[in-house]
Amino acid sequence: MTEPLLSVQNLRIELNTRDGVAPVIDDFSFDLFPGEAISFVGESGCGKSMTALGIMGLLPDGVGKIASGSINFAGEDLATADDKRLRNIRGNEISMIFQEPMTSLNPVYTIGEQIAEVLRAHQGLSRQASWSKAIELLDAVRIPNPQARVSDYPFQMSGGQRQRVMIAIALACEPKILIADEPTTALDVTVQAQIFDLLNDLRKQTGTAIILITHDMGAVAEMAERMIVMYAGRKVEEGPVQQVIDNAGHPYTQGLISCVPHILEKLTTERQTLQEVPGIVPSLRDFGKDQCLFATRCKYVSEKCNNVRPTEIEFESSQTVACWHTERKQ
Amino acid sequence: MSSIKTPLLTVENLGVRFPIKSNMFFKQKTYLYAVDDVSFEIQRGETLAIVGESGSGKTTAALATARLVTAYSGNITLDNTDMLQIQKEKLRQARTKVQFIFQDPYSSLNPRLRAEEIVKEPLNSLTKFSSKKKQTLVDELFKAVGLRPEQQRLFPHQFSGGQRQRIGIARALATQPELIICDEPVSALDVAVQAQILNLLRELQSKYELTYLFISHDLGVVQHMCDHIAVMYMGKIVEYADRLSLFNSPLHPYTSALLSAIPSVDKKRRENTKRILIPGDPPDPINPPLGCRFANRCPVAQDICFKEEPLLNQIKSGQKVACHLVDKEAKSPLSNLD
Repeated sequence: MTEPLLSVQNLRIELNTRDGVAPVIDDFSFDLFPGEAISFVGESGCGKSMTALGIMGLLPDGVGKIASGSINFAGEDLATADDKRLRNIRGNEISMIFQEPMTSLNPVYTIGEQIAEVLRAHQGLSRQASWSKAIELLDAVRIPNPQARVSDYPFQMSGGQRQRVMIAIALACEPKILIADEPTTALDVTVQAQIFDLLNDLRKQTGTAIILITHDMGAVAEMAERMIVMYAGRKVEEGPVQQVIDNAGHPYTQGLISCVPHILEKLTTERQTLQEVPGIVPSLRDFGKDQCLFATRCKYVSEKCNNVRPTEIEFESSQTVACWHTERKQ
Repeated sequence: MSSIKTPLLTVENLGVRFPIKSNMFFKQKTYLYAVDDVSFEIQRGETLAIVGESGSGKTTAALATARLVTAYSGNITLDNTDMLQIQKEKLRQARTKVQFIFQDPYSSLNPRLRAEEIVKEPLNSLTKFSSKKKQTLVDELFKAVGLRPEQQRLFPHQFSGGQRQRIGIARALATQPELIICDEPVSALDVAVQAQILNLLRELQSKYELTYLFISHDLGVVQHMCDHIAVMYMGKIVEYADRLSLFNSPLHPYTSALLSAIPSVDKKRRENTKRILIPGDPPDPINPPLGCRFANRCPVAQDICFKEEPLLNQIKSGQKVACHLVDKEAKSPLSNLD
């Protein structure tokens, strides 16, 4: 078995809130292998983006910090690395694209300058060399007529094109890991398909590993090989994508899958009954308690769920579940 | 009422345009035709979905239906009332019959009003009920949408996103409307909460015999909610069909592309659906191209598509398509493509 590219062990990220310190990420571990695409799935407020920001060293200053655990990237612990080193890694070896292509580009610089900036900072390219590389990159993300578009400002581009520019910036230095935080939520479905195809092609060409953050199970199925379902800052399930979709072990995963009306191969007059997951994600105050945090919304809840945090159990081959009631399905 | 089924809402040749900042010197006004010659009808108790990408005119068409934007041409008949001709008191009465549920439950509720006052607002402005009757209605509505009576006194910020959308639904139901226009009612909500709202909407539909005009870009949700679908592209309806025809045998290349773009959890569907890529973006809506508006992105476009605008033709029962390349055999023009 190959060495993981990124290995996160027992990560705990704490946030300062009005009610004291809350662990937004609590004892979270996962591995990412070279060239692999994995996905973090869950509702908003479950810590998906926080994990990404933690890996990137971008936690909000003075509010969030990595309290314990390690983030091992190519033999180096990012959790304890200093700012200078992290700045070197960000955009160079690990890059990130964000949800809102409208707000993540600087409106007063041309897109060419924004792409070239990365190349100058990390690869020491000259002005001219970085500019022509920027044009190449625009071509690689399939922006038509890149020679002319390179001097456009973000407002002159459509949402899909802006997201392509973001991808060009993120991939400029051929990073080993690309974190895509809901990259298509703000885009139309046909544009989303274009972006997914682009990411898949670029991944094949460059061998970049991808962490996709999303709540759309369809997108997960399309893009990733392995998924990690997160709930309230904890990992509740992990496994190969199709296996988890067909046979989810955790009630939360089951809920996430069956609460969405899916388009199946053949539509019939019969309509799927949408299973509701009652209630909402607990407030930060309750994070970190020694119990199953999903218990308040779970129909299988028992005494034990309210008193002890479930441990991860291997549920089927290479599928782990953190639930006291996994045996109910067998 | 006659025994023949008359549609609750009939929209004929609707056109909505917005003036674009005119040139100061020549005073020549240019318009953006947001909705161009759109016709549809909805039977009582049914759901019509309008789908399309952002900017395709679906929301504008819905707003015009409730006369929240002014149509410059066409006819809208709601329950035998000509919506475009009536004024003042008549319009007020007609508006009790058509209500809106908005996309964003965070910005569509007045933050300074209590939940009960929000729900009472349409009653205050559109009806002459006594305050006692209004309160009884509010009590009923809170129960119907699954909120507790003591929550009436709370302000919007004290509710979660799903609960806020419930308040929005209660407000839409307050005047006992016949038609409810749901404009992306769940797209701002978390996935797990979406199911709660969709189930509630369906339950209310059968309970109060409501008719929905459902606007969404999420085809999974649309497939779950609707009976008929109108697909819009750049202000025009390109395909209009019942649920099964549209999803199982789409005819317009744009519809096929839209359907093939949806990521699916169904492995069989992923393997059997060929992704139909439509490159680029829609053309400039201010100067729409001659001929078919989809032609420049269409994988099978012919000469005629760039010259002549296709009309919405009935191809088979329950399916209308605006495409030159769909013949009488109702074969998708994409079927020759490999």
